Amino acid sequence: MNIDKKITDDLVANDVSFVTTVPCKQLAGVIDEIDARDEIFHIPSNKEDEGMGLCAGAHMGGKRPAIIMQNTAIGVTINTLATLTQFYRMPLPMLISYRGELREPVACQVEMAVHTKALLAQLNIPTYHFHEQRDVEEFDMILKYTYMCNKPVAILTDANFWGGYGDQ
Amino acid sequence: MIRSEILKEIAPILRDQLVVCNIGIPSQELHAIDDQPTNFYMLGTMGLASSIGLGLALAQDKPVISIDGDGSVLTNLGTLPTIANNVADNYVLLIIDNGSYGSTGDQPTYAGRKTSLAAVAEACGCDRVIECQAEDTGKVLQEALDAKKMTVIVCKCESGNAKMPVITLDPVVIKHRFMEAVQKA
Repeated sequence: MNIDKKITDDLVANDVSFVTTVPCKQLAGVIDEIDARDEIFHIPSNKEDEGMGLCAGAHMGGKRPAIIMQNTAIGVTINTLATLTQFYRMPLPMLISYRGELREPVACQVEMAVHTKALLAQLNIPTYHFHEQRDVEEFDMILKYTYMCNKPVAILTDANFWGGYGDQ
Repeated sequence: MIRSEILKEIAPILRDQLVVCNIGIPSQELHAIDDQPTNFYMLGTMGLASSIGLGLALAQDKPVISIDGDGSVLTNLGTLPTIANNVADNYVLLIIDNGSYGSTGDQPTYAGRKTSLAAVAEACGCDRVIECQAEDTGKVLQEALDAKKMTVIVCKCESGNAKMPVITLDPVVIKHRFMEAVQKA
């Protein structure tokens, strides 16, 4: 299964047409796939809170937005999630590269990984963790759930899900 | 002129447009001067008015004006390259540059010292950047709307705030009536 294509197909099937991204090595394939699709307007952000602002505007303009980012961004975006996305009840699927989990080669990434789920839980953000490739089958349902409940929803995708880093 | 005097003067231009207004006293002033369903008031999240406005302009065809401040743009400076590289000709970013953090006690910003936000916007690649004095804001804003070209306006004005009540509208109500206004033909 090509998970980059599956994720992008699910976004398109759920009418997600505005996607902002801050890159991560693990997300390179899905970002390329999104960039290549005519149905999706892809707007790279310089910082993840900026991206959430763009998504808020797109939502109010009638588009379904999504953000793709690394879990380190949770440290950057807590204020925006609480005072914009949640306070105004805006739907926002967050496809998150979960660095610092099993098969991670960079020690510093673990320092935010250990806080990621705790922070999301503190914010009462529904959180899903994709560890095996087959977990991607839930992505379509998660998108539907997000737009049903008008909340930010986190999908953490770890290195094992993406196939690891070479010999790791 | 201070910001509230500018807002009073441009209220007739803003009234017919979709407006995203910056957090704090700017939103309180606009709300008190001329509350409209076409105004989206930010109640929190300093720095994102320009990003919300750009997202809105890219998502639909009606003109959008973001009213931002120099301090807020400085806190989200990455917004200017994003605006420059994703041109929306229905978008006007109006930066009311009073050289201070108005909502927190008028502490000076770097825009009031050596940093020129107009020069920063130009360096980021924004094609149409106009710096004006407070008295000319209405004229420059109307020209930007008429030009139908994405424009960044840096309006230089004096520091100071009008005493206005806090906005007590529920955020979901603000968003709901704003989205209804966006959808209206």
